Amino acid sequence: MGRMLQIGVTLAALVVLFGGVLYLRHFRGPMPNYQQFHGAPDAYESVHGILNGLGGFDSQSLIAFGILLLIATPVCRVAFGLVGFALLRDRLYAAVSAIVLIILILSFFTRR
Amino acid sequence: MFKIDLHYAIGASLVSVIATSSGAAAAYVREGYSNIRIGMFLEVATTLGALFGAYLTAKVSGNWIGIIFGMVLFYSAWASLRKIPIEPKMTEPDSLAVRLNCRGSFPVQNGKEEYVAEHVPAGFGIMFVAGTLSGLLGIGSGAVKVLAMDQVMKLPFKVSTTTSNFMIGVTAAASAGFYLSHGYILPGLSMPVVLGVLAGSLVGSRILVNAQVQTLRMVFSIVIVALGAEMIFNGLTGRL
Repeated sequence: MGRMLQIGVTLAALVVLFGGVLYLRHFRGPMPNYQQFHGAPDAYESVHGILNGLGGFDSQSLIAFGILLLIATPVCRVAFGLVGFALLRDRLYAAVSAIVLIILILSFFTRR
Repeated sequence: MFKIDLHYAIGASLVSVIATSSGAAAAYVREGYSNIRIGMFLEVATTLGALFGAYLTAKVSGNWIGIIFGMVLFYSAWASLRKIPIEPKMTEPDSLAVRLNCRGSFPVQNGKEEYVAEHVPAGFGIMFVAGTLSGLLGIGSGAVKVLAMDQVMKLPFKVSTTTSNFMIGVTAAASAGFYLSHGYILPGLSMPVVLGVLAGSLVGSRILVNAQVQTLRMVFSIVIVALGAEMIFNGLTGRL
């Protein structure tokens, strides 16, 4: 389990770094305004949108994908926990893990 | 500090929390202190709380978030400076804890030490609050999680701290889903934060080995008391 977390974090860091280098190399124009809240562009607001942007090698989609990997790391751990408890025939904790996993998955489908 | 809208700031902060938690938890899980059952059970409370807290960010004004944030920072400073209490005596094990199998053992010098959780419902309730704060402020709220496990559920201190770290990433992932779909997470802004935090934690874990714990606690407390005072001041004067 510990190894899986390390792999997840390292992979996410590498993708973010790669996207970040691309982003800074191609970045032209005025400093973005972070003082007012407008929400992120639609393309970075859903798993679907982020994956779509990857095809075009869009630097911000790459960064967003790295962040998605980072978020997915603890989610995967819960999924592994579910499998682990199921293999131990620990029904109670397999059910508890399933509840946590469902809450986590639902959180990605909340809408504005 | 950098004049960034609070929604973007908590989005970037939350991403950094996941990075720190997963990085550190990788080390702790192997040591055999963290209790995965108790952690998983309490995560039901923290993830539900996180969703509730994340939902509140869309409803509550930035000034209020700032004031609450400041108070949580003060609490964290106090919690880290306070002396760690001597292991409390075992009382009657909670029947719910037995039914939920909230027990475990951890390695000590000679063999293993056993423990059973107490006051499970109260601990579960505080975990919901910890999750709400995490979702509302984009923080890990580890101090509140440790409070619930160490002080209320009477788990051994090392078990509380490592299990809370294990839970922080999962809790943060629940609000991260909400933050992402509501546009709080900007790739351009989160990128330097993620890389900075990961690089910093690599350096930090090397310094930690040779550092004086007391000095670390002092530095940490001074920094967060200053930040807390700034947040409350800005919140009260309506500048967030």
